[in-house]
Amino acid sequence: MPVPTERKAQLLSGNEACVQGAIAAGVRFFAGYPITPSTEIAEGLAVELPKIGGKFIQMEDEIASMGAVIGASLAGLKSMTATSGPGFSLKQENIGFAALTEIPCVIVNVQRYGPSTGLPTSPAQGDIMQARWGTHGDHPAIALMPASVREAFDLTVQAVNLSEELRTPVILLMDEVVGHMRERVELPATDEITVVNRVKPTEDPEHFLPYKPGPNLVPPMPAFGDGYRFHVTGLVHNETGFPSGKGKDGNILVRRLLAKIEQRQPSIAQAELYQADDADIVIVAAGSVARSARAAVKEARAQGLKLGLVRPITAWPFPAEAINSVATTAKAMIVAEMNLGQMIIEVERAACGRVPVIGLNRIDAELITPQDIIARAQEVTKNVR
Amino acid sequence: MSVKELVERYCRTSKLPHIWCPGCGNGIIMGAVMRALDKADIDQDKTVIVSGIGCSSRAPGYMNFDTLHTTHGRALAYATGVKMANPDLNVVVLTGDGDCSAIGGNHLIHAARRNINLTVVVFNNSIYGMTGGQYSPLTPTHSYATTAPYGSIDRNFDLCKLVQAAGGTYVARGTTYHTRQLVDQIVAGLGHNGFSFIEVITQCPMYFGRKNKFPSAVDMLKWQQEHAVPVKAAAKMTSEQLAGKFLIGELYHEEAPEYTAVYEKEVIAKARGEVK
Amino acid sequence: MNSEVAHIDINEKWCKGCGICIAFCPAKVLVAREDGKAAVANIEACTRCGLCELRCPDYAISVGGKQHASTN
Repeated sequence: MPVPTERKAQLLSGNEACVQGAIAAGVRFFAGYPITPSTEIAEGLAVELPKIGGKFIQMEDEIASMGAVIGASLAGLKSMTATSGPGFSLKQENIGFAALTEIPCVIVNVQRYGPSTGLPTSPAQGDIMQARWGTHGDHPAIALMPASVREAFDLTVQAVNLSEELRTPVILLMDEVVGHMRERVELPATDEITVVNRVKPTEDPEHFLPYKPGPNLVPPMPAFGDGYRFHVTGLVHNETGFPSGKGKDGNILVRRLLAKIEQRQPSIAQAELYQADDADIVIVAAGSVARSARAAVKEARAQGLKLGLVRPITAWPFPAEAINSVATTAKAMIVAEMNLGQMIIEVERAACGRVPVIGLNRIDAELITPQDIIARAQEVTKNVR
Repeated sequence: MSVKELVERYCRTSKLPHIWCPGCGNGIIMGAVMRALDKADIDQDKTVIVSGIGCSSRAPGYMNFDTLHTTHGRALAYATGVKMANPDLNVVVLTGDGDCSAIGGNHLIHAARRNINLTVVVFNNSIYGMTGGQYSPLTPTHSYATTAPYGSIDRNFDLCKLVQAAGGTYVARGTTYHTRQLVDQIVAGLGHNGFSFIEVITQCPMYFGRKNKFPSAVDMLKWQQEHAVPVKAAAKMTSEQLAGKFLIGELYHEEAPEYTAVYEKEVIAKARGEVK
Repeated sequence: MNSEVAHIDINEKWCKGCGICIAFCPAKVLVAREDGKAAVANIEACTRCGLCELRCPDYAISVGGKQHASTN
C-alpha cells in the first residue's frame, strides 16, 4: 500500500495529476503504448506502480494494451491504460469487449488533433462522439472531461470508482492542453479521498451465477483464481456467463448494460455552472475551452455583456439537466469546442428548441480564446435582440 | 483416470457435446490439454484458460476452470495481463492458426520475446473454419480454400521457427494422430517456466479436407501419420527424405529468465530501493 | 499381462460417427454401425491400449477394465 499522504501544494501537469489520481484510487496495473500527448501518464506509472507492488507493462501495441488491461482486471487488479486519438481508435473493439463482459477499467484519452495522425500533437476535442459511439453495437458510455490539473486528479479517481462500482469501462477524456499544462495544485490527503472497490460475490461457487445482477443491476465480480471457475465471453451471454445464441438474451443483457448507467445518471452526469442564472448568453464549453470561456464571462460582464458558462464535466452521460436549467432564461447559447460541432448536438437536444444554439468552432490547432468567445457573443447579441 | 472421470472433472459437462464438426481435431486437442493438466497435477482453481476467436477458441467454454474467450487475435494480450496481475495463476492459451499467426501475430512474437510464463497450444487446422474455409497464414502453399479458389500462392509460416526466433523458450509440434506424445508435450510446456508453445497439426475435414481431396478425418490423420517425422528420426534423414515432411516433438528448449519473475526481482525491488 | 476381457463404452449421444477410433484401432476391435457411429465387434482382441479414447474428438468412447497406459 502507498504511504498515506497529507495535503501538499505541488506543481503538476494534468498528465502527472492523472498518475497521482490513479495511484490514489487504487490502480495497480497499467498497460500502454507510447503516444503523445499521453505518454507522461505511462512514464509516471512506470515509476510509481512498482514502488507499491503494482505492475506496469509497455505492450507491443494499443490493442494489446487494452487486452492486457482487461485481463489484469479479471485477475483482480484495478487497471488502466492511457492513449491519444489514433490509439483510442485502435482500442475500440476491446473497449466494447469490456463493456459487454462488464470488466472495470479506465481508458485515458488525451485528445489530439485528428483524424488519423492529424497534427501531432496539437489540441482538439474531436473525440467526444467517439467516446460515446466508438465501438460497434449499443453500449453504455461514461466519459469525464477535466478542465484543470486538480480536476485531472479528481476525475481520475472518480473514473476508477465508477468503473469499479458499475463494472464498466470509463473514459477520462482529457485534451492536450489540460494534459500538458502545469498548475500549482493542492491534492487531497489520502483520508479525504473516497475509494470504491468492486463488489465480490458472497455465495459459494456452486450457486454462483456470474452475470446475475445485484440490486444496482451490477453483478458481483470474483477474480480469476478465487475458485469460482467462471466464463467470460464477448458473445451474448445469459446470467450463467455462457453464450446462449439467443436474441432474447441479447435484449436483456444490452438493455441492462445501459440501464445500470442510466439509473445512476443523475449522480454521474455533472456540470459546473458559472454566472449562468442571469446570463443573456450562456457559453457551453468543456475541458481547456471552458477556461477561456470562464475568462470571457468575466471580461464580458465587465463590459456589460451578461455571459454565463455551463461546463459539462461529463461528456457522457451528457448533463442535459444543466442545459435545461438555463434554456428558458438565456436568450442564446454558444457551444464553443475545438471540433466542428460534436457537443452542440447534445446541447441542441437538451435545449429542445427553446433557445437558439450557436456553434463556435476552431480546428486550426489553436485554443479558442476569450476574445473569440466575446466576439461571437457580441455578434449573437445583435442578432437575438 | 477414465474418460468419464476426465470429462466430469475437467469439463463443464452440461455444455457437451461440443459444437465441433464430426471428425474435427479440436476435441482431440482439448482432450489432450485436459489430460496434460491432470498429469501435471495443476490446481484447477488457480488455472485460467484464455482463447481468441475461431473454432479452437470455443474450447475454454467447455472447460471447468476460470475461462476467458476474448477478441480475435488478442488472447495472448489478455493472457499477458492476467499473468502479470497474478503470476500465481497458471495461464493456458488455446488459439488457432488464423487467430495467433494472422490477426494476433504481433502478440505472439512479443509474448515469446518477453518469455512470459504462458502455455500456448495452437490448433493448426490450416484454415479459418468458423467463417467457412478461408486460407490462413498456415495454409500450405497451393492448397485450396474458399478465398483461394485457384490455390493459395501465399507462402506459409513455420510457426515453431517463428516463435523460437522471437524468443520462446519451449517449442514443440505435435499432431492429433500422435496423441500420446501430444499430451506429454503439453505437460512439458505446463512445467516449463517461460513461454511454451505447442503447435498441433489438426484436421478440419469439413473445410480444409473437402477442398483438398481428403474425403474424411481418417484420411487426414493418415496424412499426419505418413508425413510427421520425429525430431530424432529426422536427424538421421537426408533432405531428400525429409522433403514434404514435417517435424514433430520438442523442437527447442532453453531455460531463461521468466518475465513476471524478473519484474518482481528487478523492477519492483529496484523501485522499492531494495536492490540497486 | 492380464486375461481379463476389456469393456468398451460408447456414448451414442456424443459419438458423431467420424470413424477415427475404428480406422486406427490396432486390434480392429471396432466397426461402424449403419449410421456411421462406432460399435464394438471384437472385444476379445482389445489390448486396452487406449488410443481410441485419446483420439476420440467427442469423448464418446472409453475403455474399462484394468487401467491402461494412456492415462497413468
